[in-house]
Amino acid sequence: MNERVNRLRTLSFETPITISAERAALITDFYSANIGKYSVPMMRAKALEHLYANQTVYIGDDELIVGERGPAPRAVSTYPELTCHSEEDLRILNVRPMTRYGVNEAVIQTYREKVIPFWKGRTMRDFIFEGLSDAWQAAYSAGIFTEFMEQRAPGHTTFDGKFYTKGLLGFKQDIADALVALDFTTDMEAVAKREELKAMTVACDAVIGFAARHAAKAEALAAACTDAPRREELLTIARTCRHVPANPPRDFREALQMYWFMHLATITELNGWDAMNPGHLDRYFFPFYQKDCEAGTLDREKARELLECFWIKFNNQPAPPKVGVTAEESGTYNDFTNINLGGLLPDGRDGVNELSYMMLEVMDSIHLLQPQGNIQLSRKNPDRFLQSALKVIRNGYGYPSIFNADGVVEQMVRCGKRIEDAREGGTSGCVETGAFGKEAYILTGYLNLPKILEVALNNGVDPRTGRQIGVATGNVGAFSSFDEVFQAFDQQLRHFVEIKVQGNQFIEQLYASRMPAVFLSVLIDDCIKNGMDYNAGGARYNTTYIQCVGIGTITDSLSAIREHVFETGAVALPSLLAALAGNFKGAEALRTRLLEQTPRYGNDDERADGLMQRIFDRLLDAIDGRPNARGGEYHVDMLPTTCHIYFGSVLGASPDGRLAGTPVSEGISPVQGADRNGPTAVLKSAAKMDQLRTGGTLLNMKFLPSIFELGEGSQKLGALVRGYFRMDGHHVQFNVVDAAMLRDAQANPGQYRDLIVRVAGYSDYFCDLSRELQDEIIARTGHESA
Amino acid sequence: MMMGIIFDIKRFAIHDGPGIRTTLFLKGCPLRCRWCHNPESQGFGIESFSVNGDSMAVGREISVDDAVRLISRDMVFFDESGGGVTFSGGEPLSQPEFLMALLEACGALGLHRAVDTSGYAPTSILLDVAAQADLVLFDLKQADADAHLRQTGVEQALIHENLRALCGTGVPIELRLPVIPGVNDTGLAALCNFLASLPKRLPVRVLPYHRAAMGKYVRFGMPVPLPDTAEPTMAQMESYRAQLKAEGVDVL
Repeated sequence: MNERVNRLRTLSFETPITISAERAALITDFYSANIGKYSVPMMRAKALEHLYANQTVYIGDDELIVGERGPAPRAVSTYPELTCHSEEDLRILNVRPMTRYGVNEAVIQTYREKVIPFWKGRTMRDFIFEGLSDAWQAAYSAGIFTEFMEQRAPGHTTFDGKFYTKGLLGFKQDIADALVALDFTTDMEAVAKREELKAMTVACDAVIGFAARHAAKAEALAAACTDAPRREELLTIARTCRHVPANPPRDFREALQMYWFMHLATITELNGWDAMNPGHLDRYFFPFYQKDCEAGTLDREKARELLECFWIKFNNQPAPPKVGVTAEESGTYNDFTNINLGGLLPDGRDGVNELSYMMLEVMDSIHLLQPQGNIQLSRKNPDRFLQSALKVIRNGYGYPSIFNADGVVEQMVRCGKRIEDAREGGTSGCVETGAFGKEAYILTGYLNLPKILEVALNNGVDPRTGRQIGVATGNVGAFSSFDEVFQAFDQQLRHFVEIKVQGNQFIEQLYASRMPAVFLSVLIDDCIKNGMDYNAGGARYNTTYIQCVGIGTITDSLSAIREHVFETGAVALPSLLAALAGNFKGAEALRTRLLEQTPRYGNDDERADGLMQRIFDRLLDAIDGRPNARGGEYHVDMLPTTCHIYFGSVLGASPDGRLAGTPVSEGISPVQGADRNGPTAVLKSAAKMDQLRTGGTLLNMKFLPSIFELGEGSQKLGALVRGYFRMDGHHVQFNVVDAAMLRDAQANPGQYRDLIVRVAGYSDYFCDLSRELQDEIIARTGHESA
Repeated sequence: MMMGIIFDIKRFAIHDGPGIRTTLFLKGCPLRCRWCHNPESQGFGIESFSVNGDSMAVGREISVDDAVRLISRDMVFFDESGGGVTFSGGEPLSQPEFLMALLEACGALGLHRAVDTSGYAPTSILLDVAAQADLVLFDLKQADADAHLRQTGVEQALIHENLRALCGTGVPIELRLPVIPGVNDTGLAALCNFLASLPKRLPVRVLPYHRAAMGKYVRFGMPVPLPDTAEPTMAQMESYRAQLKAEGVDVL
């Protein structure tokens, strides 16, 4: 890292994170002045145009790649049209101890006087909650499931490489062709399509205009600049911004700047989940890198500097905060941008190139919270690639995470995607599978599996509130076999999935009709061709995911019931329920028995793993392949992010011996501490889940740094990954830190401000995590070397 | 059905030979090394210890078939890493029929087989085992003959003879030297002389003594044999390695 990069990195790391009201004010101005004037998509495009014509243009000292979402680095925009912060929200954000966002009085005043009065009752969040059924609201507030779209727009989306060979002017030509091809004689949707397409044109011009404003600003700065080398840099920035994104990039630097404008525009237009994911950057940038190096206009060092400047831009854009915050609740600044490296080329060849390695080095040297990175590891990729990734992992930031590229392709082909589209795809956000640049794959919410079992054991009643939220599946006292218990769970599962899906359909339609993502639609095939928005099913592939949480806890819970109630007869089901209701008070011996003598998931033990398979089969049966509202299908994801903490907090004691309120298991990892046979047994258990039938699973493993001290430790870890992937495992991530260090960080957070650890599908600053989450990360079984 | 007694099975064993391995620990050992990491494994047969007032059984009987089934569970990881199975102890050669049956069964599955031995067994048994093994991990605990008897309870001569005999077979051998400060880390010259006298030059791995095992003595109610011995520091280990290398020893 050279001095320039070091200064930019320090600025990005040290600048306090604040809320900027600029976007909220501009969008409110525009909506108040233009309400009723335009069709919905045109309103969105014109709003973007208004934003991009008026928002502050920032070009910082030292910068080579330019553009911010907010008026300055780390000044976070808000999206009142989606969800509007209250004055109280803002005040809490300003003072809460963790993941604080500075909010000054001027921001609060703008919100009080302008933003809140206009948006009250008009946000997407208002429309969503107003229209959902009582059954949905009851299940939601009981913690059976969460809902993604109540805070942010549909997202989880990734770009492919098409805009590196086609500028926005080229896309405008495609849009013009699609407009000409509209059939007003037989297509009842033609008018709607025309509005969408015309809006896309406006959005393209808005983004080109925004780049031009950067060019103008750079020229003005250059004119006033007395430092000759910097003046030259500013003029290069100006030339770059006059050329891209209107035209396809001509060189490496322009390719980076091209991406960055596309990224900014999509995250400014709407606040989609997971910000925006860049896809296979190593692959997209490589032809430019190669050409420039051959021409002698670029060398390794210069390319690396540009990449580092580019990398830092992501970290300048912390995630917008949620609304309805409470003082205790913390969030994350991480916006889940996840860069894919390696994998396969669309024709099936090894996709690793020189930039794959360089980007791993950049990840290692920059080590900021954002962007996150992962490697897509195919059996065709060399071991050197895996070993280079492990070298970065060894430093303990938790990234890159490792995905099974061949398995990811197979998952997509199973769902009917073309094989070349599947290879062009990969994973984004945490672990979600998608066809990059061609798919709207929307995560809709987490499903609390252990809670559903709890409701099943209580005849449809949530024991926490006494409310009937499920169906009556019978009093457990009457169950005479384990199968009856299992069937009660299955019935409740179907009931809640039905409610969730109905809610999803409603929300999907709300977004389709009221909140299109017009600019994003330009960049995702085949929205232009179809004249349809990304949020309305315009993409080539349209997937809806439900993310199931707590497979370890529910497996162990059902295993405990089978073992101790029906097989050994050690405890009757009603007595077990009474013990759970009392949180094992006075039933400590029973709890010990449940904890110690239950076959548990994660030990390569057929008794427990077979049960996991049976539960997973029921999940697929309830969810997989159902039609969604956008012409696509539902699929299952097995990831928790941090939801296993919340889901545990609404759950009483469980039959596996877990105490009330404590976290449930995360991802497809075993219950914390349940795995006793080491990492290979965990991987064997996890691989018994037919992961090719998911859209992603998350497996967390913790190793102590000492494993790398062993001469061949890194090779052995690599073989562990390869073995898991040979069994079709989807993903594995390693936390390489020792518990002593983490405890020290808890005690002395000031000394560990930049300690990044793997949480779940993403990394975060350890000191920004809640105490519970910190404790949990410490508690995750450390697979020490012998 | 052939049965034997083991006291542990460890998957993802990464210190007991190449690749990812599963190590089967056979119970019972004729040696009584003062630094033994697994004192509960020394006795032959299943034993009962009193731990915190509760009785705890150490050792279990297992058939060759069941053991092989357990070992095969990590086949995919053996394949990917060039790993396999390691038979350790205790002293695995003290259950020769069981060990031979295990080696043959694992050989039939194409597994890489390592045997971790003190070398203290009848020579014919060692040679039979070697013929069925892909690697022998051979401990050299103390170069000085008197000290050897004192510290391990057995004569060194048989061990040295056995190693010499083993060198005459084709089996790869890795020598393992535990380094216990103030106990066996002197007398390097004698050790090197012995190594030089062998018909083959053998690779040597030095293993640092761990105090952690001393907790086991307390737990199992046994007297702690080396209460004051410290673990070797990284620097001590490095210096020990350097001295061996200087003597022309092939240190791993």
